[in-house]
Amino acid sequence: MHVIVHYGYKDGSGEYFISVDTDKCNSCGDCVEACPAGVLEMITMMIDLEDELVAAVTEEHRKKIKYSCAPCKPEKRPPCVSACEQEAITHTWKPL
Amino acid sequence: MSKEYWRWPEYRRTVPGKDWKDAKVVSAGVDIGSVSSKTVIMTDGELYAYSIMRTGSSSPDSAQKAMDWALEGTGIKLDDIKYTVGTGYGRVNVPFANRAITEIACHARGANYIWGPTVRTVLDMGGQDCKAIHCDERGKVTAFLMNDKCAAGTGRGMEVFADLLSVSIEEVGSMSLSVEKEPEPVSSTCVVFAKSEAVGLLRKGWPKDMVLAAYCSAMASRISELLEKIKVEKDFVITGGIAKNVGVVKRLEDIIGFKALPMKEGFDPMTAGGLGAALFAKALYERSAQAA
Amino acid sequence: MITAGIDMGAKNVKVVILEDNKILSKGMILGGFDQKASAEKVFNETLQKAGLSRNNIEHVVATGAGKDVAPCANGEISMMGADALGGAFLFPSARTVIDVGAEEGRAVKCDEEGKMLDFVINERCAAGAGTFVEAMSRALEVKLEEMGPLALKAQKAVPMNAQCTIFAESEVVSLIHAKTPKADISRAIHDAIADRIASMTRRLGVQRDVVLVGGVAKNAGFIESLKRALGVDLLVPDEPDFVGALGAALAPMRKNGEK
Repeated sequence: MHVIVHYGYKDGSGEYFISVDTDKCNSCGDCVEACPAGVLEMITMMIDLEDELVAAVTEEHRKKIKYSCAPCKPEKRPPCVSACEQEAITHTWKPL
Repeated sequence: MSKEYWRWPEYRRTVPGKDWKDAKVVSAGVDIGSVSSKTVIMTDGELYAYSIMRTGSSSPDSAQKAMDWALEGTGIKLDDIKYTVGTGYGRVNVPFANRAITEIACHARGANYIWGPTVRTVLDMGGQDCKAIHCDERGKVTAFLMNDKCAAGTGRGMEVFADLLSVSIEEVGSMSLSVEKEPEPVSSTCVVFAKSEAVGLLRKGWPKDMVLAAYCSAMASRISELLEKIKVEKDFVITGGIAKNVGVVKRLEDIIGFKALPMKEGFDPMTAGGLGAALFAKALYERSAQAA
Repeated sequence: MITAGIDMGAKNVKVVILEDNKILSKGMILGGFDQKASAEKVFNETLQKAGLSRNNIEHVVATGAGKDVAPCANGEISMMGADALGGAFLFPSARTVIDVGAEEGRAVKCDEEGKMLDFVINERCAAGAGTFVEAMSRALEVKLEEMGPLALKAQKAVPMNAQCTIFAESEVVSLIHAKTPKADISRAIHDAIADRIASMTRRLGVQRDVVLVGGVAKNAGFIESLKRALGVDLLVPDEPDFVGALGAALAPMRKNGEK
C-alpha cells in the first residue's frame, strides 16, 4: 500500500513540493547526504501501527522549499532525485 | 473594549449516558495545533469526552490545560488513562503522552472513525495549515499533502478577514452566502494582498457580504488546487475549523463537483486528529498488553 | 534630448527627468487610491522643478506595476530592464541588481552596458517584499523608518520560522511575550526577508558588483542582513527609490545607441 507524502506548498508565486513514496523508500539515507542544503532528514513515521524510518523534509525547510531548493535547479534532476536508486523521491517545481 | 471578531467559542463536552468505569481501556489523544488544542477521551474506542481551546503561548501548558479541561467533571484522573498519544504541531510538547504520532496518520484514522469506511479524501483546514489526505477503507493513509507555509487557505487567513470586516468568524460563512449574485473572487491568493484588495472594494462601495463572498470564493479556489495533487475522490469529508464555514464549504463543493459528507451529529470536525490519536493509543496499549 | 521616466510602483510613483545623462529633477508621491491622478500630480510637479513643460520632453517612458495607466507615456520598459539600466548607469561595475519594492522582489543580471541578461522575480507573496517589513513594524509597534536602525542594535540572532507575513506577525507577538528584546526581533525580521531575497538571487548566480535598489534599500538593517546572507558587499545608491524611473528615462537613449 503506497503512502506518498508531499512536503512543500503552493502559494501566490508557484508550486514547490518534494514528494516521498514511503513504500519505495528503503531507509538508505543517500538523499539526505546528497542534499547540499540540509533539506532532507530521516524520520520515524508510524505507518500501520509499525514505526518505519523514511526520508522526509525537515520542518524548517517545508516552508522554504522555493528558496532552499532553488540553487539546485529542481526542474532538471536535482542531487536528491539522482541519489535515490528506488526512485522514491520526486520534485515538483512550478514557478508561475 | 473592542470585540475580538476572530475568536471562536472554546468548549468541552461529555457524551451523555456512559460510565467510563465500565470500560476496559480509557485512552486519550491530544492534538496540539498552532492555533487550537484538542483533547479527546475514549472508552474502549468510543468517544467519551473532549475539549477544544485556543493554544496558549507555551505548548506543554496548553497540553495540560486541554487535558484537564477535557477531564473536568468526568471523575477521570490522568492515571486512569491507559495510553495517551500526542499529535499535531506541538506533539513533542505533551509531557504526559506515551508517544507522539504525526498528524498524517491521526487525521485519516479520525475521519474514518467519524464517517466510516467509505471516506477516501479528507481535507483538514487548521488554524495555520491545510492538509489534503487520501486514505483507504481502514483509514490508512495513502497520500498526504500539507501546506503550512502560506496563510491563504488556513483558519488564520479567515480570521484576518473576519477582523478586517468586523464580522464574527462564526458568521463569515453564512454572510458570504447571503449575496444575490456571486462576485468575482479576489485576485490575490496572498492574504496580505487580498486584504489590500478588500479595502479597495469596500471603498468602491461593496457591502461586507460581497467582500466576504469574493474572499471565500478565492479561498475555495485555492484549496481545490491543493486537493488537485491528491485527486479528490468520494467520499469526501472536511475536518478542522473551516468545516464550520458554509461559505467556503459550499463553494468548494461547487468547484469539485460533488458534496462533502455532512458533519456528523455529536462530533466536532476539529477533533478528527485527536480522535485518531486516541484510537491509536488504544491499539498501541492493547498491543503492548498482549506482548506482556 | 530630454526624457522622463515614470515608475508606477505598487506603493509610490517616482519620476525622473533626464537630459543627456544628467538628472534635471525628480519627484515621488504616494500612489494612493487613484494612482493615475497621483502620477499626473507628481509628473507636473517634477516638470515645474526643472522649469520645463510637457512639450520639452521627447520621450516619456513608463515602468512599474501600474505602467499601463501611466499618464502621457509614449513608451514603456519592463521593471527588470529599468533596474538593469538604472543600476549600471549609477555603478558601471554592476553585474547584479537587486530591487526590493513594496510588493515585489527582483534580481536582475546585467552586462556593463546595462542590458538585462537574466532575471528572477519573487512576486505575489508579501513575505518577499517591503510589505513584510511594514507589517512586522506594526506588530512590533515601531515606526517603519526606525526598524533598520533598531536591527543594527541587536545583541543576538533569533531565528524566525514563519515564511508567511501573516504567520510571522503571530511569531513576532510570541517573541514579544517571551520578552525577546525588540532590537533582536527587528534583526530577525530583516534576516528573514534577506534570506529569501538572497536565495532567490543565488538562482541567477551572484556576480559582483551587486547593487541594491528599491524602497527597501533605504533600510540599513536590511542592507546588513542581505550582505550577511549573500556574503558579498553591496553597492547602494543614495536615493535607491528612483533607480527604476531613472532606468526608464535612460531607455530611449539606449535604443538610439547613444550612451
